[in-house]
Amino acid sequence: MALPLHATTGERVWHYAFLTICVLIFCFLIIPILVILPLSFNAQPYFSFTPEMLSLDPAGYSTRWYEVFFNDSNWQKAVKNSLVIAFFSTIISVSLGTLAALGLSQKEFPFKTTIMGILISPMVVPLIISAAGMFFFYARVNLLGTHIGVILAHAALATPFVVIVVTATLTGFDHSLTRAAANLGSSPSNTFFRITVPLITPGVISGALFAFITSFDEVVVVLFLGSVHQRTIPWAMFSGIREEISPTILAVATLLITFSIILLFAVELLRRRGERLRGITPH
Amino acid sequence: MASHTEALKTADGISLKLSLQRSLRRKKRNALLLVAPLFLFILVTFLFPIFDMLLRGVENSITEEILPTTVVVLADWDPALGKLPEEEVFKAFTVDGQIAAKAKIISRLGKRLNYEKSGFSSLFRKTGRKLRKFDPEKLTSTYKENLIKIDKKWGQVETWALLHRESGSYTKSYYLAALDLTQNAEGNIEWKEADSRIYIDLFIRTLWLSCLITFLTILLGYPIAYLLATLKSKTSNLLMILVLLPFWTSLLVRTSAWIALLQKEGVINDTLVAIGIISDDSRLSMIHNSTGTLIAMTHILLPFMILPLFSVMKTIDPSYVRAARSMGATGFTAFRRVYFPNTIAGIGAGGILVFILSIGFYITPALVGGVDGTMISNFIAYHISTSLNWGLAAALGAILLALVLALYILYDKLVGVDNMKLG
Repeated sequence: MALPLHATTGERVWHYAFLTICVLIFCFLIIPILVILPLSFNAQPYFSFTPEMLSLDPAGYSTRWYEVFFNDSNWQKAVKNSLVIAFFSTIISVSLGTLAALGLSQKEFPFKTTIMGILISPMVVPLIISAAGMFFFYARVNLLGTHIGVILAHAALATPFVVIVVTATLTGFDHSLTRAAANLGSSPSNTFFRITVPLITPGVISGALFAFITSFDEVVVVLFLGSVHQRTIPWAMFSGIREEISPTILAVATLLITFSIILLFAVELLRRRGERLRGITPH
Repeated sequence: MASHTEALKTADGISLKLSLQRSLRRKKRNALLLVAPLFLFILVTFLFPIFDMLLRGVENSITEEILPTTVVVLADWDPALGKLPEEEVFKAFTVDGQIAAKAKIISRLGKRLNYEKSGFSSLFRKTGRKLRKFDPEKLTSTYKENLIKIDKKWGQVETWALLHRESGSYTKSYYLAALDLTQNAEGNIEWKEADSRIYIDLFIRTLWLSCLITFLTILLGYPIAYLLATLKSKTSNLLMILVLLPFWTSLLVRTSAWIALLQKEGVINDTLVAIGIISDDSRLSMIHNSTGTLIAMTHILLPFMILPLFSVMKTIDPSYVRAARSMGATGFTAFRRVYFPNTIAGIGAGGILVFILSIGFYITPALVGGVDGTMISNFIAYHISTSLNWGLAAALGAILLALVLALYILYDKLVGVDNMKLG
């Protein structure tokens, strides 16, 4: 990317123009997220910077919206619901998804593309259609407005991510390692737990994080399938934005951004660790 | 001692060929067994519900259910002759209607037929009210005259023609309505009147907005992916965080961020007023219209464009462009003739992915779209939870699903679903 010494003036101009464009696009990507952080400390009930905030007057800032969030029983219940639903749907989708990925990654697997296509379909079908279909079906089997219904629905939506991530881990998998273990007299189950599991664990954990965030972020399906007892954080934010718009939403958003930064780094660390374990040099 | 012509055998004396076949079969079976639980899970919790919903778009058992005998006798009547049905039809309707009115279910049929022609809901409510008190012993006129006395609509051929048309177990009327078509009294399919056509426009708007969003993500994503692919990996890994952070941030967080930025009293308008570019009373309206949907969705979907583009650009050997330059191509020609053609696959992959995701978007258009920024998903949601016209919602959903699946198959042909990568 560096500019060569013999670059012409035109090339120089273009080079710096290109860099400027890139900076602007990065701003477009990141500013909306950064702007939330200071706004969530607004002392006034507005979504905009007040003159006091701009002059960095401490009176313009307060943590009142965070206090509202932590003291409001509705928000606290939403946090609890979100965590419970995301936790159980992650467990279901990780166990089913990992098993399927192990099967799919075998060379002998018949109709691989078709089955893979079906297993990944929940990721591709528009959420509103999934939500509508599940709504009618769950109404018949009396699962509307139950935690189990929402958990099953979220698990179905999250499994494609687990399948994709774990399958990707397994494509780089060196099968001579398991053959070597078998050659040295290890039983298939011993080989699985001592060789395969440690190697795919980073992939499984990052699949689990994808599954968790899918459920934790999901709002369309929960709006259709849930009752007020399944109100999750995204649901509370959705109705908050629609009904009375208050900076509490921005305080929640700030907390969620912190949470996604942690997740982002966790996934990145796991990816690198996985590549190291499997002997792939990162590029 | 074994001769050389004898087939090779394993330790337990089975021919090697057979033994290998067996082991292969066992492996196949094991692989299938591993996939089976997830396959069944997806089948029951996902595919079956969607299939079930699609059936609702043609299902129409309500007429048979509420008017069981009328449906049978009405089947022999031909609406094309332009004459009212026979007395026995009126009698059957009076009997069926009275039972349904006493069970308080007759208005459900009225509501169903009201989707086809307005006025039927009130007609059935009124008729139901009268029939509940009706006593066949005290009938002085024919059943026909009695019904027409309750409401003169029962004396019109069109009323009976509609009932006749919708008396089957399946109907095409929801799909027709979803495409702004209708059946006239003779049963021919024709366009609805111009002012009541909404769904074709809505589909066109959804496709148009999705195209625009896809185009904008290519326009903004291409330079970023190029920069990240050509920078040293240390710098590009750092800059990648700026792409991945929005990707991992909750959809609602990003949507509310855009509300804070774009609204009338929002950050952008405040800044523009403070700088003096616009006056305080001419603040830009960038939200609750299609501009809001466009900006927010481009931002939300941009990472889905950058990541596949980046992974394709990463595989392009920089010596290609150097070779072109050394043979006398200008920087622009080298890019246009050598680099760009190599990235088309990435543009295709990212483009279809963004298009598929944007065509079915619901949350962001619902919050920032206003009236002209709403998409087809919002109407499906409206018909499910507000208007309760589930048949129409199912038909609209089926059309949307068909569009998405066609694109999904295209994506599979171009990239292969098993090559999909995340993060």
